[in-house]
Amino acid sequence: MIEARGLSKRYGDKVAVDDLSFTVRPGLVTGFLGPNGAGKSTTLRMVLGLTEPTSGTATIDGRRFRELPRGLRHVGALLDAGDVHGGRSARAHLWALARSNGLPRRRVDEVLEEVGLAGAADRRIGGFSLGMKQRLGIATALLGDPPVLLFDEPINGLDPEGVLWARGLFRRLAAEGRTLFVSSHLMSEMQHTADQLVVIGRGKLIAAEPLAEFAARSTKQQVTVRTPDATALAALLTAEGATVTEHGDGGCTVTGLSAARIGQLAFDHRILLHEVTTQTASLEEAFMELTADSVEYLAGGQR
Amino acid sequence: MTATRTRARFRDLVAAEWIKLWSLRSTYGVLAAGALICIGITANSARSNVVLIARSASPLQRLGIDPMIAAFMQEAFQILGIVAGSVGAITIFGEYTSGLIRTTFTAVPARRSVVLAKVIVMTAVMTAFGALVSATSFSVTQAIYHQEHIGLSITAPGAFRAVAASALLAPVCALVGMALGAMIRHAAGTIVAAVGVLVLAPALFQGETYRWVKEIGNAMVYSAWAALVKNPAHQVLTVPGRPSPGGPTEKYPVTITEAWTVFAAWAIAAAVIAVTTVDRREV
Repeated sequence: MIEARGLSKRYGDKVAVDDLSFTVRPGLVTGFLGPNGAGKSTTLRMVLGLTEPTSGTATIDGRRFRELPRGLRHVGALLDAGDVHGGRSARAHLWALARSNGLPRRRVDEVLEEVGLAGAADRRIGGFSLGMKQRLGIATALLGDPPVLLFDEPINGLDPEGVLWARGLFRRLAAEGRTLFVSSHLMSEMQHTADQLVVIGRGKLIAAEPLAEFAARSTKQQVTVRTPDATALAALLTAEGATVTEHGDGGCTVTGLSAARIGQLAFDHRILLHEVTTQTASLEEAFMELTADSVEYLAGGQR
Repeated sequence: MTATRTRARFRDLVAAEWIKLWSLRSTYGVLAAGALICIGITANSARSNVVLIARSASPLQRLGIDPMIAAFMQEAFQILGIVAGSVGAITIFGEYTSGLIRTTFTAVPARRSVVLAKVIVMTAVMTAFGALVSATSFSVTQAIYHQEHIGLSITAPGAFRAVAASALLAPVCALVGMALGAMIRHAAGTIVAAVGVLVLAPALFQGETYRWVKEIGNAMVYSAWAALVKNPAHQVLTVPGRPSPGGPTEKYPVTITEAWTVFAAWAIAAAVIAVTTVDRREV
């Protein structure tokens, strides 16, 4: 269980994290979402006592992390896959960390096996790809078999197989009753992994709720329609007040009308439909809508 | 999976720092190069003095040479000090520049214990390293001098003290490097500062016009070391018409007790600075 209460961090005039309160519960994967620069990493660093909060507290299982003499058996964390010394082998890196926490040597081999790095164990980390470094970071987090795990953007740099593997791993760790807190700036990633969401923008809490509730927040309803007579259908639907985006391959996206109404209109006007699919408002859109006002670094000026 | 109460043993941290030090190839390379350069310089100095004696017609030439000087050449042991200081500094700034420090402190939130473990490992390794270089330099140079029958044994007055002081020079410099690494946390900056503090500062405070200037100089690591490796038995030979090779008598010299105190003070202050600085700074 991770608890943040009124957590704030100021760097001079800049407020990185603003009065953040949330609870991350065991047995679930909790996604930590926000656009770039929203304060996710700063929050995770405050939870781990690496950054001192300006005000507020963060506790793990009721204790401030810095009060623990050793960390690995309590919390496993991957903050940045680059937080390693490139001159050491993966095995030496893990062995030094394991030793510092009084963990047996076999844990090193076990976690290397678990993340698929057993074959590269004796190679220098400096020569690792980003994906391999992410796997090493995940191995580090797993070393102490901890009940609480924090991952900051763990999917970055992983290949498709690695992404699937990581998702499966997170789900399995949560199913074992552990607390998982996984950050990402990609909503689509969380759609497949998280049960619960903590969403922040410009350091402020936007939402802390189950994934399904968050998805239902989107006001947009979309229907994908496929027809050999797209032009006629588009004209018809537009006349009924819908917004139609044609894809050029006979498909189009319709907003403002339900699938049933579109089907009825097409039937009345003898337009053949190949497909009518209601798109449940995607998380991505819910996320974009909610964070639109709080994007820190927006490309191309006003949109 | 449930967090078992962690056995927080300090010796685990010492073992971890030992693994970290020896799992970097650069550690072996830097130490080996430092030892070879240092011993190379002192051995070569003794060798050229032996040649000088052999070629000289004057019997005074042999008496004019202090065999202790070649064994503990200032230049050679300055290089050794820089090497030791750099290795010490790297163990701290290497963690900051690579970002490893965040991984380290996530594994061990007790930061002061981590740095203290580093201090202990570095002190032990550097004392052994310094002893090896110092004893080798002494025995090699004296063996070379033995050809001209002026080689000293370790039981000669001041000989053991000189070997011990030169051995301890390495850990003192390494600790100074660690303190600077903790304060500066930047590779080039730390090395420049180490050279400045260890080598340049003593040279700046050599003037004897004002006693306070000389006293500051006396408080420097290398001034203390120079006092400790001086041969108390060597007679400065005065050849008529020429200035004595030792120069005029030094004003306000460093006493042996003062010199040992300087060594201890630098080592303790550096260790305290390293531990407290790392504990306070955000990472």
